[in-house]
Amino acid sequence: MANPDAQGVTGAPFRLDVERGKIREFALATGAADAAYLREENPVVQPTFLTTTFFWQGEDSNPWSAVELDQQRGLHAEQQYTFFGEPPRAGTRLTCQSRIGEIYTKVGRRGGEMTFAVMYTDFHDETGRLVARAKLTGVETARPPVTGDATQDGASA
Amino acid sequence: MSDTATAQPRTTGVGLPVPATPPARAYGPVTRTDFVRYQGASGDMNPIHHDEVFARAAGFPSPFSVGMWQASLLGTYATDWLGGPNVRDFRIRFLAQVWPGDVLTFEGVPLRTYVLESEDGREGRVDIELTCRRQTGDTAVTAWATFVLPLDASVGDATPEAGEQPETTEEQG
Repeated sequence: MANPDAQGVTGAPFRLDVERGKIREFALATGAADAAYLREENPVVQPTFLTTTFFWQGEDSNPWSAVELDQQRGLHAEQQYTFFGEPPRAGTRLTCQSRIGEIYTKVGRRGGEMTFAVMYTDFHDETGRLVARAKLTGVETARPPVTGDATQDGASA
Repeated sequence: MSDTATAQPRTTGVGLPVPATPPARAYGPVTRTDFVRYQGASGDMNPIHHDEVFARAAGFPSPFSVGMWQASLLGTYATDWLGGPNVRDFRIRFLAQVWPGDVLTFEGVPLRTYVLESEDGREGRVDIELTCRRQTGDTAVTAWATFVLPLDASVGDATPEAGEQPETTEEQG
């Protein structure tokens, strides 16, 4: 069961250097046909590239564990990236910070209470401008996901 | 949650030219190598997506894909269409798992075009809906995205480039 007191828990700021080689690797792993990602000196990041916070965010900067969603029943329900202008380009040094947002419950389509939790991550560039925001929505289902069930509510978190 | 709550941008629905919707893109049959390559690129090394023993012990018949991988394939389908620098919002909903051997189909459709007026000026926008389906017909991922439509360039884009030949019948001999 999620911990409702987790709302507002904020991680330590962390750094993410947007790198050309990483953008290239991401383009090759995600079927990008637009050569701009491969050829430009300073390409923009792909719409989902900021998921690479995996490489930069440590335990002290990732407050998600405070939500205490059951690992066996936890799923990644939604993910959103908002860009306040052009996405950051290779060479940009981002300062990032995550915080736990709303935690709420809903009754699922097949009954049973589902608990949702949101984590926001803000990305600021070297000038301090907010350039992007990520919103992760996790859900804890009422029962463990059923193997091979095509109508389940999410992919593994 | 917004840092920009003071000046709400105004939107006005306007018909704007949108680059032609690309044909559906098929990908697959998808492989464990696809999953591993994405895991390496993203940094998400959850073993459920590549470790057969781990996946079976967790009650799954095999490893299954990272939801963010097929979502990212939808992302590049969209940027190939509307331009990477133009993306402003990308919202993903995960609906079903993707398994090795699946053949995925990626499609998109424009929902509406409008002009956004803010402190930074006027900007054309298009909202699109993107879908990733499995060969079974199940929707694995739905995404909603917003892209900038350059207002000035859109007129130029609609006219043939100089030097481009109109379609003619094939010349003989």
